Amino acid sequence: MSHAAAVADKSPSTLQGASLPRWSPWAIAAGSLALALVIGLAGGLDSKVQWGLIAGILFILGTFGIAAKVEGRRQAKDRVATSLVWVAFLLAVVPLVSLLWTTIQRGVKVLDVYFLTHSMGVVADSEAGGGIYHAILGSLEQVGLATAIGAPIGILTAIYLVEYGRGGLAKSVTFFVDVMTGIPSIVAGLFILSLMLMLDMQPFGFAGSLALAILMMPVVVRSTEEMLKLVPNELREASLALGVPKWRTILKVVVPTSIGGIITGVMLAIARIAGETAPVLLLVFGNPFINANPFEGAQASLPLYIYQQYSQSAGSTAAYDRAWAASLTLIAFVMILNMVARGIARWKAPKTGR
Amino acid sequence: MDISTQNTDTDDTPPPAAPPAVTAEQKRAARGATRPGDRIFLALSRGSGIFLLVIMAAIAVFLTYRAYLAISKDDANFLTTFEWNTSLLPPKFGIAVLAFGTVVSSIIAMVIAVPIAVAIALFITHYAPRRMSGPVAYVIDLLAAVPSIVYGLWGALVLVPHMDGLFGWLNDYLGWTGVFSWDDGAPRSMLTVGILLAVMILPVITNVSREVFRQVPQMHEEAALALGATRWEVIRMSVIPFGRSGVISASMLGLGRALGETMAVATVLSPDFDIHASLLNPGGGTFAQNIASKFNEATEFGRDALIASGLVLFVITLLVNGAARMIIARRSEYSGANA
Repeated sequence: MSHAAAVADKSPSTLQGASLPRWSPWAIAAGSLALALVIGLAGGLDSKVQWGLIAGILFILGTFGIAAKVEGRRQAKDRVATSLVWVAFLLAVVPLVSLLWTTIQRGVKVLDVYFLTHSMGVVADSEAGGGIYHAILGSLEQVGLATAIGAPIGILTAIYLVEYGRGGLAKSVTFFVDVMTGIPSIVAGLFILSLMLMLDMQPFGFAGSLALAILMMPVVVRSTEEMLKLVPNELREASLALGVPKWRTILKVVVPTSIGGIITGVMLAIARIAGETAPVLLLVFGNPFINANPFEGAQASLPLYIYQQYSQSAGSTAAYDRAWAASLTLIAFVMILNMVARGIARWKAPKTGR
Repeated sequence: MDISTQNTDTDDTPPPAAPPAVTAEQKRAARGATRPGDRIFLALSRGSGIFLLVIMAAIAVFLTYRAYLAISKDDANFLTTFEWNTSLLPPKFGIAVLAFGTVVSSIIAMVIAVPIAVAIALFITHYAPRRMSGPVAYVIDLLAAVPSIVYGLWGALVLVPHMDGLFGWLNDYLGWTGVFSWDDGAPRSMLTVGILLAVMILPVITNVSREVFRQVPQMHEEAALALGATRWEVIRMSVIPFGRSGVISASMLGLGRALGETMAVATVLSPDFDIHASLLNPGGGTFAQNIASKFNEATEFGRDALIASGLVLFVITLLVNGAARMIIARRSEYSGANA
C-alpha cells in the first residue's frame, strides 16, 4: 500500500508498511494522561482542565511522533486527524451532558404534583412555593392555536409546491420559505407588536400564537415537502389513470401515503415553537395568575416563566429552583415530542427503499 | 412532482407513440383543472403559498413603517450613536453598539463552532464506527432540540461561574493584547456569549454539513483510496473540495441563528451602551438582547425605536440567509430547514 513507509521501514519484504498495533492509541492515551498527571502535580497546577489540556497536547504530539517513526509522516497525519475529529465529538458532548445533568439534578428539587398544579398567584418571586400550572396552561393554549393556524397553511403550501408548483410563483415561494426559516423569533414578535401598536391593543395570548405560527409555517412546509417528494409517482399515475380527479388523488393517495412523515414534521415544529421565549415576552407579557382565556389579558408561558424567574428574582434560590424545575418540564415535553415524532416517522415511513 | 416528464421517462419503449401520449396527457390535465373540486383545491393550496409571501412582505412593510415613525424623531444619527435614550426630549438613540456587539459575538461563535461542527460531521460520515454514527447524530439532534431559554439559564448559572479559570488564564498570558484583558468582573461578557452561541449553532452547522458530506460521490473516495491515500488524504482531496460550498452555506445558516439569538444573550450578558476593546470585560449588547431587556420599560415611542433596531436585524439576517440559500440552491436538493 504505502511505498514511503515501506522504504523507510526495516522490513521491506512485505507489501504493507509497518503499522502500529491496534491498541496503540489507547496506550499512548494512557501514557500521556499519566505524564500529564506527573507534570501537573510537579508544576503545582490544581485545575483538572489544565491537566486535561496537557494530556491532550501530549497525546497529539506522542501519536504524531510515534506514528511518524514507525509508519511514516502521511500515516502520522492521518492518525492526528482521526484523534482531532474524536476530540471535536467529545467536546460537543460535554455541554449537552452538563446541561441535561444540571437541569435534572436541580430541577427535581421542587418538581412535584403541587408544583405542576399551582400558580404563582399569591407567591412573591423571592419566596419558596408556587408552581407552573398557569404557565403550562398558557403554553398549551398558545402553541395549540399556533399549530391550528400554522400547520394547515404549511401543509397546503407544501402540497402546492410539490403537486402543482411550476414557474416563477413556486420558485419565489420556495426561496422565501427558506429565508423565512431564518427569521429571528424576536423579529416575528416585533411584526405582531407593530400591528398591535397600530390597533392599540394590550398583550394577550393569541398575539403570541400568531407570531409562533409565523415561525412554524416554514418548518412545516419544508418537512412536508420532503415527505411528499418521497411518494412514488406510480401511485399518483395509477390513481389518475383510474380517472380520479387530481385533488382526490392528493387527498386520498398522496397525503395518506406520507401522513407519518407529515405528522412527524408538525410535531418537530411544535417542539421548536414550544421553547420560543422572545415573541411571547413581547406579546403575551407574562402573568402570575391563572388566565385561561388566550384572547384577553396577559398570559404566562413556560419558557417565559423560566426567564422571569431568572431575571426578576434578584438571585433568590427559591426562584432559581423553580426556573430549573420549569426547564426540566419544558425539556421533558420537547424531548418526548421529539421521540414520539421520530417513532412515528420510523413506523409509518413510506416504503421506497430509503 | 412533474408527472408529464416522469411519464415520458418511463414509457420510452415505443418512440413513435410518445408525442400523442403527451398531448393526451395535456388535454386530460387541462380538463382536470376545470373540475370544481380541483379548482377549489388548487386555489386553497396556491393561496397558502401566496399568503406566506404576503406575510414576508407585511413584515418588511410594517417594521419599516414603525421604524420610520421612530427614526424621523431621532435627534442623533441612528447608525453611529452610542446611546439609547428614547425618553429624552428630543430622543437620542443609535445602533452602533448593538451592531458591534451582534457582529462580535457571532464571529466568536463562528470561530469556535465551524471547525468543531465540520469535524463532527466528518466524524459521523467518515470516522465513527458504523454502530456509533446513528446515536451520535441523535445526540446532535438533542442538542438542537433544547430550547434557547434553557441554554440561557444554563449559561448564566453554570457556564458563567466556570469561565473564571479560562478568563484568568487568558488575562495572564494574552492580557497584553488588550482584547483579552480582564478586570476581574463577573465573566458576563462577549466571549462567554460567543461560547454559548457556539454550542447553540453547532447542531445547525453539523446537520447541514453532514448531508453535504454524505453526497460526496463514492467513486471519488474509492479512487483516492485505490491510489493509496490515507483516510485523511481522502477527506482533504475528495470530501472537502466537494463539500466546501455546502459547508460555507451551513456556516451562514448558523450565523443567521447566532445573529438573532435573544434569550441566551439576554440572560448571560451584563449589558451597557459602550464599545469595549476587551472581549472579557462585561458590557456591550446585541440587537435582540437589547429589545428583550429594554422592552418592559419602553413607552410606545420606545417600542417603535426597538422595532427600528429589529428592522436592521431583520435585514441583516435576510441577507445572510438569502446568500446561504443561494449557495445551497446552486448545489442540489438538500436543505437545512429541518436542522
